[in-house]
Amino acid sequence: MKTTTKITVTALLCVAALYFLIPVYWLVIAATKSTGDLYGSSGWWLFNPQLFENLKQVFTYNDGIFLRWIGNTLLYAGVGATLSTWVAAACGYALAKFRFRGRETVFNLVLGGVLVPFTALALPLYLLFSQLGLSNTVFAVLLPCLVSPFGVYLCRIYADAAVPDELLEAGRLDGAGEARIFHTVVLRMMAPALVTTFLFEFVGIWNNYFLPLVMLSDTKLYPLTLGLSLWQSTADREPVLTQLTIGGALVSVVPLMIAMVFLQRFWRGGLTEGSVKG
Amino acid sequence: MRQKLSIAGFLAPFLVLFSAFFLLPIGYSIYRSLTVVERTGPLGLGGAEQVFGGLTNYLWALQEPGFLGGLGRILLFGVVQVPVMIAGATLLALLLDSASARWKGFFRATYFLPYGIPGVLASILWGFLYMPGVSPFSELLGVEIDFLGQDNVLWSIANIVTWSFAGYNMLVITAQLNAIDPSLYESARMDGANAWQIAWHVKLPLIRPALVLTTVFSIIGTLQLFAEPMVLKELSTAIDVRYTPNLSAYSEAFVNNDYGLAAAQAVLLALTAFVLSFGFLKLVGRRGP
Repeated sequence: MKTTTKITVTALLCVAALYFLIPVYWLVIAATKSTGDLYGSSGWWLFNPQLFENLKQVFTYNDGIFLRWIGNTLLYAGVGATLSTWVAAACGYALAKFRFRGRETVFNLVLGGVLVPFTALALPLYLLFSQLGLSNTVFAVLLPCLVSPFGVYLCRIYADAAVPDELLEAGRLDGAGEARIFHTVVLRMMAPALVTTFLFEFVGIWNNYFLPLVMLSDTKLYPLTLGLSLWQSTADREPVLTQLTIGGALVSVVPLMIAMVFLQRFWRGGLTEGSVKG
Repeated sequence: MRQKLSIAGFLAPFLVLFSAFFLLPIGYSIYRSLTVVERTGPLGLGGAEQVFGGLTNYLWALQEPGFLGGLGRILLFGVVQVPVMIAGATLLALLLDSASARWKGFFRATYFLPYGIPGVLASILWGFLYMPGVSPFSELLGVEIDFLGQDNVLWSIANIVTWSFAGYNMLVITAQLNAIDPSLYESARMDGANAWQIAWHVKLPLIRPALVLTTVFSIIGTLQLFAEPMVLKELSTAIDVRYTPNLSAYSEAFVNNDYGLAAAQAVLLALTAFVLSFGFLKLVGRRGP
């Protein structure tokens, strides 16, 4: 391999890395500054760092509402992703391993569901939930997130390839019920697909902005995304919020980025299933 | 019989939830889009009732310059941003796949990082990087760049979307590259092909399904553009409440309380997404995502 090629390739990769990292670097630096220094000093270097004071303010502002937002986010994304993964696994497994009338119809419905823009659903969902008196509750954000057509699609493809019929037959001969076979044998074999589905849903729910924005008016129920955008949009009236937004963004972004780095192999694994055989 | 019951048991949770939170809202949206509010009594003060309005809301939506302008704007956005992002992601995946690349794990992780940052937070972050007086880029160049002005703001948004999703798309493409049988490269090399020719003639055709998949998801994502302009709206006077179709629908519903019109706009947007994604799939001659 020629040295010039090696240098060119590495240089290109480094330039790309800078593009992705500079905003994060700026965020880390900016989070250490006072509001005045944010405007008054160079954005590239540290200047009178006071990270801990800033973070203390983030966590104590408005009786610690930021902590509540973290809790809400974990609740919505954690519970939502867990339940929706189980729901998708059961459906995907049934579609892959049983022959029944209407099977193709159900699967086509699922495929169609993958293509529906989620924001087109949020508006009518709000109207329906508010007629039931359930808008502005935890359920309004949680329940719609339990449906994951893409998860069903992934689970079906994976179950098709990874769960052998003989094993199911053996279980049936032993007298185990279908639900028992599913929960003890099948789920374990589908573990990689379940992890991928879970992560997809987790990131999807944590990313979701439109649905909670439409549904929630009580700031105590807000997830982090909504809370921080509230701070950002009211910063012109209350300048300290600019600094709080930056500090809050740092606190919310860093754990997720670290998780991304360690979990990226699950995305690759699961996506090969989805894209190669699709 | 017992088996039928268990199949139903496996399918039921998804189908019930799918009907309640997918099919029902779609149906309700279509129903609301066909109704208009009629005011009764003198000067319309007697009260309001919902009546069947046929396609009135759709006609309004299609005559509304703001909504059409927003639709045109995101189509322009998609025509530029989607190819740029997919090409960039493909280039990065191919570079990382080549024998010349060093520190592959580090680079791959770095490119994937922004995917973990929600669009709202990415927009807040880039909002600061664009903000006059704060922007480190303007500082670096020594001139104030007008990232948020009328001419640039659409491309500033495009940059946020690219930053967020290029690494994710790269990972999908990488997954498919890893699935290629290495003996194919061996035979190409025996035939005298160099690294560039292998990338162009062997790898690129084989990662086509991944490119199709990422493009379709990007098209759908582009049409739904909402969080980024919603956040930047606070910083830029160039973004109004009808900047994208989703912003239009949102403000019709929650600012003007015209749910019928908002529903019609949401339906039109969903239809556009269907037409464009199926159109694209048809164009490249493959079925399903």
